[in-house]
Amino acid sequence: MNAPEHLLYTKSHEWVLFAGDGSAKVGLTDHAQDALGDIVFVNLPEAGDSLTKGEALGDVESVKAVSDIYSPVTGTVKAVNESLLDAPESINADPYGAWLVEVEDISDKEELLDAAAYAAHCASEG
Amino acid sequence: MELLFEKSREGRGCDLLPPLDVPPAHLMEGMERKRPLRLPQIAEVDLSRHYSALERRSHGVNDGFYPLGSCTMKYDPKVDDEMAALPGFAGVHPLQGPDTVQGCLEVLYLAEELLCEITGMEAMTFQPAAGAHGEFTALLMVKKYHQSRGDAARTKVIVPDSAHGTNPASAAMCGFTVVNVPSDPKGGVDLEALRAAMGPDVAALMLTNPNTLGLFDANILEITQIVHDAGGLCYYDGANLNAVMGVVRPGDMGFDLVHLNLHKTFATPHGGGGPGAGPVGCKGFLKDFLPAGHVEEGEAGLELRDPAQSIGRVKSFYGNFGVVVRALTYILTLGAEGIREAAQVAVLNANYLREQLRGSYDVAYGDGPCMHEFVLTLEGLKKETGISAMDVSKALLDHGIHPPTMYFPLIVDEALMFEPTETESRETLDHAAQVLREIRAQADREPEALHTAPHHAAIGRPDEVNAARHPVLRYVFPEDRA
Amino acid sequence: MGNYLPSSAAERQEMLASLGCERIDDLYCQVPEEMKLDRLDLPAGKSELEVRRIMESIAAKNTVFPSVFRGAGAYRHYIPAIVKNVASKETFVTAYTPYQAEISQGVLQSIFEYQTMICELTGMDVSNASVYDGASAAAEAVAMCRDRKRDTVLVSAAAHPMVRQTIETYCFGSGMKVKYVPMKNGFTDEEALAGLLDGSVACFYLQQPNFYGRIERAGEIGQAVHGAGAKYIMGVDPIAMAVLKPPGECGADIAVGEGQSLGLPLSFGGPYLGFMAATQAMMRKLPGRIVGETTDHDGQRAFVLTLQAREQHIRREKASSNICSNQALCAMTAAVYMAAMGPEGMRKAAESCMAHARYAAERICSVPGFDMVYPGPYFNEFAATCPCKPEKLLAGLADRGILGGLPLENGSILWCATEMNTKDEIDALERAIREVV
Repeated sequence: MNAPEHLLYTKSHEWVLFAGDGSAKVGLTDHAQDALGDIVFVNLPEAGDSLTKGEALGDVESVKAVSDIYSPVTGTVKAVNESLLDAPESINADPYGAWLVEVEDISDKEELLDAAAYAAHCASEG
Repeated sequence: MELLFEKSREGRGCDLLPPLDVPPAHLMEGMERKRPLRLPQIAEVDLSRHYSALERRSHGVNDGFYPLGSCTMKYDPKVDDEMAALPGFAGVHPLQGPDTVQGCLEVLYLAEELLCEITGMEAMTFQPAAGAHGEFTALLMVKKYHQSRGDAARTKVIVPDSAHGTNPASAAMCGFTVVNVPSDPKGGVDLEALRAAMGPDVAALMLTNPNTLGLFDANILEITQIVHDAGGLCYYDGANLNAVMGVVRPGDMGFDLVHLNLHKTFATPHGGGGPGAGPVGCKGFLKDFLPAGHVEEGEAGLELRDPAQSIGRVKSFYGNFGVVVRALTYILTLGAEGIREAAQVAVLNANYLREQLRGSYDVAYGDGPCMHEFVLTLEGLKKETGISAMDVSKALLDHGIHPPTMYFPLIVDEALMFEPTETESRETLDHAAQVLREIRAQADREPEALHTAPHHAAIGRPDEVNAARHPVLRYVFPEDRA
Repeated sequence: MGNYLPSSAAERQEMLASLGCERIDDLYCQVPEEMKLDRLDLPAGKSELEVRRIMESIAAKNTVFPSVFRGAGAYRHYIPAIVKNVASKETFVTAYTPYQAEISQGVLQSIFEYQTMICELTGMDVSNASVYDGASAAAEAVAMCRDRKRDTVLVSAAAHPMVRQTIETYCFGSGMKVKYVPMKNGFTDEEALAGLLDGSVACFYLQQPNFYGRIERAGEIGQAVHGAGAKYIMGVDPIAMAVLKPPGECGADIAVGEGQSLGLPLSFGGPYLGFMAATQAMMRKLPGRIVGETTDHDGQRAFVLTLQAREQHIRREKASSNICSNQALCAMTAAVYMAAMGPEGMRKAAESCMAHARYAAERICSVPGFDMVYPGPYFNEFAATCPCKPEKLLAGLADRGILGGLPLENGSILWCATEMNTKDEIDALERAIREVV
């Protein structure tokens, strides 16, 4: 189970990395990318869009499926990782490097899991 | 294989039009096209051979068994095509005056009458060009109907989880919120879940019966009653009408609207994906909401009229008229008995093939008889041997058999959905069963050969991931390459 | 009775017996008895010859005019023999959507070639595999432009009435608002357009040449539309594109049109073909089937249906369109037509349309009481006044085997000429008009 200790996780398989300035980066976990298979495209919001915790911020496409990405936090999109639009495969190759969005003005967040709790959650899902 | 653009040679071409017999006319300065129009320059012989080569790299109903579930790939009688091409039909301009198109209007009028009898409906439009287009049309009628009664609160459409993807997509296009209801353990609509979903905000239920598992829902009268009691309308997705035409009618099951796929049930060819036709029938109380241009009897013969509260128009003119000519020819040929017989034999063939496969594959929801199609689940096979529904499908290609529908319906894992249709002989079914049994045996013996199938098709398995990640959607000319 | 079932009654009985059934009705045990039909109230089945006689007698009730001067969205053009030949090839006619790429390379490649030709014709970056017809293509294009902040669509009042109605119907579904930009002197009123372009406008739809045959200032209009941050949709005549500035040169975001002119018969309005092309930036918003090039595991060229995650069978209620078919056979027909014509043939057809329309306008307007309604540039259609009731004139022409122009609401007539109308035919039209009025 590849789930780095320095990140926090949602039950819907997103990771969050909070920065010192109160902003956060969000990505998909290794478990998620593995379950999705070869990712062919990712639909991301635009900088300035508002996000609400637990609601879809975008989606990720494989050849024959599409899955929502849920926002772990409530806040405003500061930046999106534009490089993913041309190279969605980097989510498969490096899920914890390939962040999707950076969020600022965070006012609320989901109940987040630490690495151990997330690993247990994945195990319980089978 | 080379593209037409790669076969193109400067200065070649077909000489098709005469020189001008009137003075030339010119566009005003600044209006002309500047970019060269890089169409292929090719002689007729090479063009003709190009498409013959493409034909050899394709598979139609005549190239072998085509049991593609939910698509009803029956044999298309040739006389239907010939009738559609009659100059008296093909040469008629759609905006000619009514007195000069009485024949075309009669085709639409007659087809409406016959298809209303087959479906138990009272009026029909032929404007929708395909099944999905028909769904959209019917749901707009639902929307307009509720609005006309001041009942604007009906914003939800109920769709079972076994439904075709077009159902929820059509509902969403009409501005409805989609509520998915689960199937019960027998594969039918879960009545409790349906009751729980009902309320004054429900506009309609969309249902395919028999459903995509190939099962006729025995609770159908109760289902439509539940919806009607809540003030909703019942919409019948006609994709699977081939199982029951002449036996039972959607109108008698309690449905208010229905769409048909003339290109499935009524033997008009599929054309590699179209053109089809998706006429929509309705009960009398919805007639006023039909799209513009409905054929009716007037004083001077047949004429096109716009219903009083019409939803408007979903395309130009009156639909895929040529497809309707084919379907009418088919229905007139079969007649009352032939229509029923076609359905019965479609059901017989499906049950027969399913029985032949039972020992080798697991049937999903396979307790009672199936209708015109059935679903296998290869979940067990995959766990046991690693062979997936995809592998079995690809192996079929090497035997000249078109694979069944894969991975649908979504509620069955590793699904393969077979629809043999009535126009296949027992030998064809026996042969297909034999091939599938051999593939099953091969799954134990040499799974690797199945993972890499097909071995004798025009190409091996294509890289779909790369196609979607880095889309190349047109030929790139040498001069445009970076 | 005619039928197409290969199995005999005896064979069916054996098959039934193998299932442990006596009667075929046993298989319908799930269908409630009270619902079952005794017999459909349909005529009895007939032999092929009987049905042929019926259908031929119905067809004979139509008038097929030897001489046609009516267009308005459906055009009589020359259809080369090779086009009909290819379009009637058994396998192409009877195949389904090419889901199984390995045995569908022919159909897929033909669509890929079609997509390339549509890109060339329109000057756009990407094309889909086609949709139902020009009107539904326009409506689908409008839906592509919707975003959270912009939900109004502006449509030129000079667009084809049926296209306008189709856009309205689709917008009744989606909840987008439709507003019309009025006409001035037969053109889209650019001043009025500027006044209507505000922050709520998602897109503007322009038809080129417009319904009245007139050539709009499409490039200038595009600049105004983009200046307001809206998307620009052009509906174009594919034959005209051989000579006229295509959408790609006018800054359009989406180009659509009715493809019937590209080798499809009139057939009382269908089946036709809607083409749809867009800029690279809008590629993923295109609805419908799209074919892409890739390789198989041996590195051979291969074609597949791609970008499927946009579509209804995957995205279900979140898909932006429900379309799941294309008009593949019509798209192939159009591709064969364009390949047979080639760049020179297409240009020749377009120039012949223009020249014959000019000549027809000249001859018609040489008759007293007939005048061009609008001055200025047109392609192959034009509106002319009529000194008598149009019905009277058109009936008189019909008696002489001529389908005259389309009567318009204001008492004028919309005439059309193509490469099919010879000089002699146009001269005969003039004589006939003089006789009738």
